[in-house]
Amino acid sequence: MHMGAVDWGILALYLAFVLAIGVLAARRTKSGTDFFLAGRSIPAWVCGLAFISANLGAQEVIGMGASGAKYGIATAHFYWVGAIPAMVFVGVFMMPFYYGSKARSAPEYLRMRFDEKTRTLNALTFALMTIISSGVSMYAMAKLIQTLHVFDVPFERLGLPQAWIFHLAILTSAAVVLIYIYMGGLRGAIYNEVLQFFLIVAGFAPLVWLGLRQVGGWHGLQTTLGPSYTQAWAGMAHASTNRLGVDWFGLVMGLGFVLSFGYWCTDFLIVQRAMAADSMTSARRTPLIAASVKMFFPFLVILPGLIALALTAAPDRPGAHAPASAGAVATIAHHEPGVIPIKMDSSTGKPMLDAKGHPQLDYDLATPNLLLRYFPTGMLGVGLTALLASFMSGMAGNVTAFNTVWTYDIYQAHIRPQASDEHYLMVGRLATAIGILLSVASAYLASQFNNIMDLIQLIMAFVNAPVFATFLLGMFWKRTTGHGAFVGLATGTIVAALHHGLTLPVDALVGAKGGWIAVLHSYPSEMAQNFWTAIWAWSACFFTTIAVSLVTRPHDEAQLAGLVYSLTPKIGGDKGPWYGNPVILGAIVLTVTVILNIIFR
Amino acid sequence: MTFDIRWPIGLLFLAIGALVAAAGLFGVQPAGPNIDLDWGGIMILFGAAMVLLAALARRSGGPTS
Repeated sequence: MHMGAVDWGILALYLAFVLAIGVLAARRTKSGTDFFLAGRSIPAWVCGLAFISANLGAQEVIGMGASGAKYGIATAHFYWVGAIPAMVFVGVFMMPFYYGSKARSAPEYLRMRFDEKTRTLNALTFALMTIISSGVSMYAMAKLIQTLHVFDVPFERLGLPQAWIFHLAILTSAAVVLIYIYMGGLRGAIYNEVLQFFLIVAGFAPLVWLGLRQVGGWHGLQTTLGPSYTQAWAGMAHASTNRLGVDWFGLVMGLGFVLSFGYWCTDFLIVQRAMAADSMTSARRTPLIAASVKMFFPFLVILPGLIALALTAAPDRPGAHAPASAGAVATIAHHEPGVIPIKMDSSTGKPMLDAKGHPQLDYDLATPNLLLRYFPTGMLGVGLTALLASFMSGMAGNVTAFNTVWTYDIYQAHIRPQASDEHYLMVGRLATAIGILLSVASAYLASQFNNIMDLIQLIMAFVNAPVFATFLLGMFWKRTTGHGAFVGLATGTIVAALHHGLTLPVDALVGAKGGWIAVLHSYPSEMAQNFWTAIWAWSACFFTTIAVSLVTRPHDEAQLAGLVYSLTPKIGGDKGPWYGNPVILGAIVLTVTVILNIIFR
Repeated sequence: MTFDIRWPIGLLFLAIGALVAAAGLFGVQPAGPNIDLDWGGIMILFGAAMVLLAALARRSGGPTS
């Protein structure tokens, strides 16, 4: 499939609108508050959709399709267990402290609640994480452009090596995101994220519809792939009887509690969208509006992976219940070229093998290849624009979070505390450019991993898992001290690194996937290892923080009003219709999520 | 100056929807449903609804962002 003039036209229209929104947002970006917080003036529904979109980067659209193909519908746990409960929690319980404290960033809340050193530690690890995540978004996008071969002919004519397509794709996407954030700041990013949200839905909904027609609907998928791929809770009693390779406890504690709450409740990239809202009620509604849409996203982003797998090969039944290590599926796919190709080693040109010698499937190409196969000219342009939109929204989310944390929590805190607002605005714009340059560098690191989702989970286990314990104790236990928080946070991160260095997923090679100190324990899958890394990191931070807090001097309670639950006046009943009440909205969202779990159990 | 994000969303969907629907009407289509025409039509409807909402909000001086 090659792109026609219509497809190029659609892509060009999208780019023109994205840049135009950057220009329009720039007109209202006069101060630091405008640039970093969008003037705290955005309505709840816009924040809510931006809240989803900022998270809807490559790791979601490509990674969730990849995980859908690798692990099956159990990937929906990332939503129904691993997102929705945490989104409700942050909206109902935590947002009053984020928004109410008037902190400009999540690390700044830690400074107000604890002290400077805790803020700085969190700011540094967070800044590093945003750069890597943003790099992953770019890597996925560049790899996709390369796979499409749309630039092959022009490059040949110019006499340039094909490898440069990858570099060009990275530089182009980086340049567009740079322009609209440099100009419009957070406002430019949020407005574009809403536009990107609708484009992503417009690009993937028809893909799912066409794909399901092709495989005989959901029933056809169930028949072709079997229950291990189409039942989310089947075999979750033991790690060895489901494709994720985790048991229900590891899933609920590791993903549902530590990783999920760590991400949705403390990750500033997410929280920043709600902090830009025009009122406290809007800020609290933001994650709830997002959750009410988000719970249906498995059908949009995971189903394409399952459909692609069904169109690649019918997995042989005996191995289908085992944890996903490519094996059974890849053996058949090797003989029948399907939607999902075999992963090739770019240096040798040969298929990549796992430790057992089975060829690995390139799951990351499940969704893009499905799109290339079933979309005619016209829809192809919409689908590719949707992919591009997702990469840009994910990257922009990271970049706006990075520039804020860098400017307020590192530069203003440690390098130049008393400068003018114009100066910080200038530093923020400069940080945008430098952040994007660093992301470009990290994009090249990302190519070391088979599955983007595993990489993201690993980073989150290192950074977000321990910090959730810090925020939780900070907001809900007034006795927590700054020394406790700092030592706990540092211990949690070190324990995460130690756990990763001492364990290895089965079939994986020692190195980036773990075991770089010694292999003391072997996990059935990378996902199991990631979840348990998170559980260890969180527990280490939680208990160390409590222990150190109890032996250090408590904070003056008068200074903790508005920062700690028990010392903050309760928010009165919200005015307006009942469905706008955050508590009722949260209860509805949770009920529907339980029903979805029951339907797809 | 107030700015309503529904304007650019609506206009972009109208433009893309028109392009896709035109590809469905005049281009070569694979066997099966004419996804270009169907989905292009849906995108046009969505774009029109967004523009309409934005226009109504402007007239009533209602919520803008």
